[in-house]
Amino acid sequence: MWSQVIQGAGGTATSFPVATVTGVQLLPCGPDALLVELGSLHEVDAVRAGLARAALPEVVELVPAARTVLVAVRPGAGLDGVRTALEGIDPADAPGRSGQTVTLPVRYDGPDLELVAQTAGCSVDDVVALHSRPVYTVAFSGFAPGFGYLAGLAPELQQPRLERPRERVPAGAVGIAGEFTGAYPRPSPGGWRLVGSTDAELFDPRRKPPALLHPGDQVRIQVLE
Amino acid sequence: MTSPGGSVTPRRVAVLRAGPQALVTDLGRSGYAHLGVPPSGALDPGALRLANRLVGNPEGAAGLEVLLGGLELRAGVACTVAVTGPASALQVDGAAADSHAPVHLGAGAVLRLGAPLQGLRNWVAISGGIAVDAELGSRATDLLSGLGPAPLRDGDTFPLGPPDGRPVGADVVVPTPVDDPLTVPVLLGPRDGWIEDAVRRLAATSWTVTASSNRIGLRLDGEPLRKLGDAELPSEPVVTGAVQVPANGLPVVFLADHPVTGGYPVVAVVLPEALPALAQARPGSMMRLQPAAAAAVRRSGR
Repeated sequence: MWSQVIQGAGGTATSFPVATVTGVQLLPCGPDALLVELGSLHEVDAVRAGLARAALPEVVELVPAARTVLVAVRPGAGLDGVRTALEGIDPADAPGRSGQTVTLPVRYDGPDLELVAQTAGCSVDDVVALHSRPVYTVAFSGFAPGFGYLAGLAPELQQPRLERPRERVPAGAVGIAGEFTGAYPRPSPGGWRLVGSTDAELFDPRRKPPALLHPGDQVRIQVLE
Repeated sequence: MTSPGGSVTPRRVAVLRAGPQALVTDLGRSGYAHLGVPPSGALDPGALRLANRLVGNPEGAAGLEVLLGGLELRAGVACTVAVTGPASALQVDGAAADSHAPVHLGAGAVLRLGAPLQGLRNWVAISGGIAVDAELGSRATDLLSGLGPAPLRDGDTFPLGPPDGRPVGADVVVPTPVDDPLTVPVLLGPRDGWIEDAVRRLAATSWTVTASSNRIGLRLDGEPLRKLGDAELPSEPVVTGAVQVPANGLPVVFLADHPVTGGYPVVAVVLPEALPALAQARPGSMMRLQPAAAAAVRRSGR
């Protein structure tokens, strides 16, 4: 992946010069944003938390993802302040827990439990234990408002998406895919393997805050019988 | 959002005909991308601001974004309206009226907005602004995430806020010009290195806007771009104006209701000042994505 990244950062005559700050790749993203490219979810969390602490007034969006953090500033404000702030952030640092701890009640009644158990080579009870034991971290949100990608999934449960995505996944469905688990805030198409469901209100635009899960939050699962 | 039925109460507006698509819009809900919320809001914020100034509203008041006209509104109360965007035919109670100027509607008057002669979209401001409840600080309809009010339907009514501003005077307000072919300046990156010969291919290709374009993105047709190598990109955040290259090589230019992350490489990003013109690109029209020099963009003060 890194060879691709370096290739991706290859400066052409018309792209922004690509700076390297403490070994971190900064990729151009239009005149008012840049993309910080990192090697792991941990580094993403550290850089997101560091920039959040810096609280630069010109920053309007700070968006973590799987291996990147997007920083967008007010149009025309310039990115020098962001670059300077990044120089003071070591991606290897522990992010420092800024988030809250959220308890998510989950009933393990998902239609793919057997499939997940089969793939993991264990029993359904083992799947429930493996899935409910970790303290997860909200790595980032995406796909739909309030859909948090929770990192910390047991290696046995790191499984591919369904070969044929469902046309409709109900609100509250709890699924797994790759290195993540998460819960669907509202009905939508979806390809994650479903292990359970939650009644938690994951997103309500009239509530403050609207999302139950924010990047950096810790999530514990409470098993409902 | 509203109760069906044509009865008009004071400080409400009735939608007699919604036309192909009429959406409540404002300047959007920025600052929530980290929660998975698209920016949304008017595809031409300048045109909405102008319409609001013309009727005495704050620039960020909620108005309408109207696709290809066909809109008929009946004012439940005397109010001032203004229509901006490309030149469009406007009627009040059957008599021709001017777009790009404040227009008075008496109580019960019917405003009719025709399709623009060129382009796709107009913006309508009404004195007092549209006073539906805000979600995450915005009243805009977001077609991707479903936030904001549903698209207007025949028979809807919506409330107006208090008209406490004063319409600004203006001599001449020029309709938005619509170019075809359109030249769209872009800055390369973040993933231009993932696309074969990105600079030359972008500059050399003439793209056709397809009919599957919408507020989420413009879908283009032409000679497909080619990805270098087999590496998969982990999903990463995207900005409005991002030119994403999906597996079929045909670019999608993300507009205001775009998803906040995407798993395909973004070869370039449209300069913000060039985005409003994309709101007017009709299916079948042609465009070029012209890589711009970053240095020139900086000199221009961006």
